[in-house]
Amino acid sequence: MRLQDPQKPKARITLVHLYPREMSIYGDLGNTHVLATRLRRHGYGVDLVDHHPGQKLPAGAHLVVGGGGQDSGQARVEADLEDNGPLLAALARDGVPMLMICGMYQLFGHDFTTVDGRRLPGLGILDVTTRGNTKRMVGPVALQTPFGDVVGYENHSGSTVLGPDQEPFGQVVAGFGNNGDDGTEGAVKGHVYGTYLHGPALPANPAFADALIKAAVDRVVSRGFEPEELDDTFADQARKRQVARLTAVRRRGLRERLLRR
Amino acid sequence: MAAGRIARSAARRRGGGSALPGLVAERVDPDILTHALAGVPQVVVVTGTNGKTTTTKMLVALLRAHGREVFTNPTGSNFTRGVISAMLPALDRQGRMHADLAVLELDEAHALHFVKKVAPTHALLLNVARDQLDRFAEIDHTARLLHSLAAATTQGVVLNRDDPFVARIADDPDVPPARYFGLDESVLERLAELQEADVRFEDEAPTPGLGAQDVLLRPRDEREFELVLGDGSASGPIVLRQRGLAAMINATAAVSTARLLLGEAFDPAVAGAALREVAPPFGRGEVVDAGGRPLELVLVKNPAGFTVALGTYGATPVTTMVAINDRDADGRDVSWLYDVSFASLRENGVALTSGIRAYDMALRLRYDDVEVGGVEPDLAVALDRLLADHPDRPLRVFCTYTAMMTLRRILADRYTLPEFGEDAPA
Repeated sequence: MRLQDPQKPKARITLVHLYPREMSIYGDLGNTHVLATRLRRHGYGVDLVDHHPGQKLPAGAHLVVGGGGQDSGQARVEADLEDNGPLLAALARDGVPMLMICGMYQLFGHDFTTVDGRRLPGLGILDVTTRGNTKRMVGPVALQTPFGDVVGYENHSGSTVLGPDQEPFGQVVAGFGNNGDDGTEGAVKGHVYGTYLHGPALPANPAFADALIKAAVDRVVSRGFEPEELDDTFADQARKRQVARLTAVRRRGLRERLLRR
Repeated sequence: MAAGRIARSAARRRGGGSALPGLVAERVDPDILTHALAGVPQVVVVTGTNGKTTTTKMLVALLRAHGREVFTNPTGSNFTRGVISAMLPALDRQGRMHADLAVLELDEAHALHFVKKVAPTHALLLNVARDQLDRFAEIDHTARLLHSLAAATTQGVVLNRDDPFVARIADDPDVPPARYFGLDESVLERLAELQEADVRFEDEAPTPGLGAQDVLLRPRDEREFELVLGDGSASGPIVLRQRGLAAMINATAAVSTARLLLGEAFDPAVAGAALREVAPPFGRGEVVDAGGRPLELVLVKNPAGFTVALGTYGATPVTTMVAINDRDADGRDVSWLYDVSFASLRENGVALTSGIRAYDMALRLRYDDVEVGGVEPDLAVALDRLLADHPDRPLRVFCTYTAMMTLRRILADRYTLPEFGEDAPA
């Protein structure tokens, strides 16, 4: 790794990135970069593991990240996901924080039904189902979440519906979200988060990044997460400007609709 | 035809709008392209994600240096309507073009629109990389677009041997005979910074065998290189005015295509002399004289392009600004900035970030431990600060497309600059 670990790390965290080759075409590796860098800046050591199809998933994973890919990429990881699915489900039940973006979010749900009616089974860790669409949902997104405003960029044709007791990750302020209809975005169960947000999701949303880190560290160290003071000025500015921009667009659109009436 | 001409002069008076006359002409005569190009013996399409503009320019220079009369579309008009607009003044009264060759730079999606009207005799397919995923959705899709273009081509294609998305296209029996350009083994280790992984197939794509007419690049430094033929013979050295591996690969692709088009008439000495004279297209390493100080504009639009640009320029001691917009022409999704390593900027830092996503860029740099001197989203203010606060060193601005257009307009108001679409003075 590029950055030196702190002199005496408060603890060591094993960070696993699932399928960096097949499922990371939209900059989602940035999430891993942000988690690893923030862990170090908070004074923790990081063991970064790239998990490729056909390998054994490390049972001692403390934090698991996955990204979005193309259909060809999803097909390439299906068999491995089936092999490692039970371990991932066990880790999730045990409170290991996970962040699954776009394609991996869909695969963490019950199933994905393609446009031509084929049903691909998922891991069922999140209580969501996804249906392929001819329409693509593409554009910048702003959400309200338990971590405050969250911004990102979505690009998906899958339309996701939450099960009856499934909590969304956030409420859509601007953008499409899970399906463009019900105002929900993503899903969260315990410390497992699924979302369509690229951007990538974490850099401009440090409160969300630190929540994942806290969940990982709290499981490992009895003292719990002891954060350092990090300077997040750039992240806060980037997020606030994007929220202002997107809500201004929405207000303008609303005014135009009202005027047309 | 007349309607197109009138629209063209109207667009000129308005100042800009290169696609409008083409739009009008296409409405009046939907088959204008078919008709105009019917008498041109060779119609060559150049497409791919990165390097279209530079490569087209080099290919045209090579052909003209061999005495050929060539029609080409000017920089930045790489949609079919732009091509028609550029064509209008060159047509005779019957609406026909008189030239030995037409060499057309086309956007990947528009190349397919074009072949519905005109079957190209030849195609040069450069590469497939992630670029504006919000428009093309997936790189696999872009690869399919290029494949369809190759299948619609009648006489011959020139393919990138090192790009599995492109090299595989030759496997299709519907595609005419292929020649290849690529990297000599002495630089193969730099492929990783250029190439996307093709995960559509289980097996790694085998690099195609080398034909006697295929052309490989063997660099000597950042702008001087030799070309090695499949039969082992080498020519050169050739020196470019534009620096970097990307420009040298573009030159290799252009030479490979010129050899195919010219056959026996191709002369390596003429080719070398022609390439030496090709000025960088604007914004592709173009150097502006900013009141006696060189200011270099480097267009960045996707991970492969930015990575190669940093590899070329990153470590030289200049004052650097990065300007990122997210309008349609830039790509609205800025996620790709996290697929570029900025480590090479660590030593000198970045003086300023600017553009609509200035803070996102500053944040990105901080995650690679690159010092950021300041953030100023307003491009005009940022440029003023850059010039005022850093009087000693040469300046370099990495910028996305619309940020570059704005900066260039501001610079043009203050200093002498060539017009959009024209060449920088020697």
